[in-house]
Amino acid sequence: MAARSGSMRRYLLQRLALVVPMVWVLVTLVFLLMRVAPGDPVSAALGGRLSPAALAARRHAAGFDKPLVVQYGEYLRDVVTLNFGQTLTDNRPVREVLIDNGGATLTLTLAALIVAFAVGLPLGRRAGRHRDTPPDVGIRLFGIITYAAPVFFLGLILQLVFGVFLDWLPTSDQAGPVVQAEVPTRTHILLLDALLAGQWNSFVDVLRHLILPAVTLGLLLAGVLIRLVRVNLIQTLRSDYVEAARARGIRESDVVGRHAFRNALVPVVTVMGLQIALLLGGAVLTEETFNWPGIGSQLVNYLNERDYTAVQGIITVFAVAVVVVSLLIDVVSAVVDPRVRY
Amino acid sequence: MSQLSVEPVEEPREPAPQGGRGIRRVLSPVRSARGIARILLWAGAAISVLFVVLAVFAPWIAPYRFDQYSAGGHPFPKQGAPDATHLFGTTVQSLDVASRVVFGARTALEVVVQSVVISLLVGVPLGLVSGYLGGWLDRSLVLVMDALFAFPSLLLAIVLSFLLSGLIGGTVTAAALSITVVYIPQYFRVVRNTTVSAKEATYVEAARAIGARPITVMRRYLFTNVVQSVPVIGTLNAADAILTLAALGFLGYGVQPTQAAEWGYDLQRAVADAGAGIWWTGLYPGLAIVLLVTGLTLAGEGLNETLNPTLRTRPLRRVLLPPLPATLAPRTHRDRP
Repeated sequence: MAARSGSMRRYLLQRLALVVPMVWVLVTLVFLLMRVAPGDPVSAALGGRLSPAALAARRHAAGFDKPLVVQYGEYLRDVVTLNFGQTLTDNRPVREVLIDNGGATLTLTLAALIVAFAVGLPLGRRAGRHRDTPPDVGIRLFGIITYAAPVFFLGLILQLVFGVFLDWLPTSDQAGPVVQAEVPTRTHILLLDALLAGQWNSFVDVLRHLILPAVTLGLLLAGVLIRLVRVNLIQTLRSDYVEAARARGIRESDVVGRHAFRNALVPVVTVMGLQIALLLGGAVLTEETFNWPGIGSQLVNYLNERDYTAVQGIITVFAVAVVVVSLLIDVVSAVVDPRVRY
Repeated sequence: MSQLSVEPVEEPREPAPQGGRGIRRVLSPVRSARGIARILLWAGAAISVLFVVLAVFAPWIAPYRFDQYSAGGHPFPKQGAPDATHLFGTTVQSLDVASRVVFGARTALEVVVQSVVISLLVGVPLGLVSGYLGGWLDRSLVLVMDALFAFPSLLLAIVLSFLLSGLIGGTVTAAALSITVVYIPQYFRVVRNTTVSAKEATYVEAARAIGARPITVMRRYLFTNVVQSVPVIGTLNAADAILTLAALGFLGYGVQPTQAAEWGYDLQRAVADAGAGIWWTGLYPGLAIVLLVTGLTLAGEGLNETLNPTLRTRPLRRVLLPPLPATLAPRTHRDRP
């Protein structure tokens, strides 16, 4: 037992030690990307709208007239203190944007993950168990096509079919206008707020708005998940302990279900952790397609406004989120699977 | 593999076995592809070739130019439903959807070829040098590449084209460059890791022992051995590049609409049409993306199944044992004295 906790502690420390340089490289990358561009951010965002003197004042206030090294130092200090600056165009703290719109993005990504696992796990398991049979080929094609379809195209088709032709579900926004006005804001997660306020009808309305975006983003991930589960199950089914289980006369469904499938899932969880990047990228596109008021659609707005500080802040947060989530996933899989620790 | 690799060491004066033989060696498992993998590979290749033909012969295949809104003095209808003159209908700007789909293949091909070639040219040599030389260069490159790899690829491409659009405008090259940066780390990682393990092999040691310079070792001995898995990544990256290009176009950061026809941009315009039940402006460019990406992915997966030994299946042959001679017949419990 002592040896076990020792290896766990060592693994955790090693993994944590890797996070710091990773975050540092990422935020430096963001800073360099945003600053190698010629011209200064203030006139790019506000040029033509303000007088030259006012522009200079804004430039000074935002610190863009300081040497690049000083700006870099201040940026690093800001990131450490979780202060991501003020947007240039509407002068809001980036942190406020994140809090206001983060709930919508969180709702969307979690719902998409649920859809992805509900679709991907059973299909991947079936395809892996019956390798090279017609169901396997069909499921693989489904997986490839859901991955090959751009999220905005899939979203468009779902909008056309379920929103316009069948008229079953709403196709844009997070809720109807009345619901948005009526539900009091507490957690910034509309679904939760509606529930907390006890407004059952609002809750259903938000849920109905959530279905199409969540399915769109979820199917993208389901494609990846099907492939992962299938390949890992095939490889696990070849291992000796599976052969041993079969030799003991255990039914094939139990061999797959109890012996192989769970072990095949360990690498799947790790790789799905890496898909957080895909999930975030997909969320930006999904939010844009369904007019979903999340961080991604805010990012697109600020990009169109050429607001450098807002873009820099949001991108930094996304980058840090990716590192933190992959750290969490690694820790979880180390707890679950002792093989990871060594 | 070791047999093939040792070969050049025995005859160092021979002209390098490059070109045809190198390619043939990389492609040789394709001929041995079996079963499903073979079908996947050929179906994917057929779809990809179809789109290459569309791209190359676009001006002859498409009924109109991609930015043409009238013919013979007659303006095209606005958002016209598909009919005999406009097979796929027309857009809100009175452009012919079918022509834009065909010309879109050309844009996609241009961007994909440029981005895959550039990222190969940067990623493979960097990986080779980094893996072979090691040291601080290797360590810092790995750190930067890992960071780039961890970064959400779409966001990276968006930020880059956001910056490049200010510098050189929304051209095909700008789109290709912003996609390139996303894929360099993938080639780098694979080539570097293979190099690190391959440089310990006996044939490399032998090459060093006969006085080969590092550049010679990398070019003549390591190169063909570490690029084995590059075709697979290349094909899958090409598929991914199409999606990234379309996503950039959808967000308004790809190729500018006046420069070329681009499927992602067309889909962005189609979102507004969808509310009115106009399906043809979005359906056809979207289907083109799905079909091309599916084709490339099938080709990549087929290649992977034939090249990757952990996934490869071989046809099973029935093993027939000759009858055992009586003296060697297995003894059972009853035989025991």
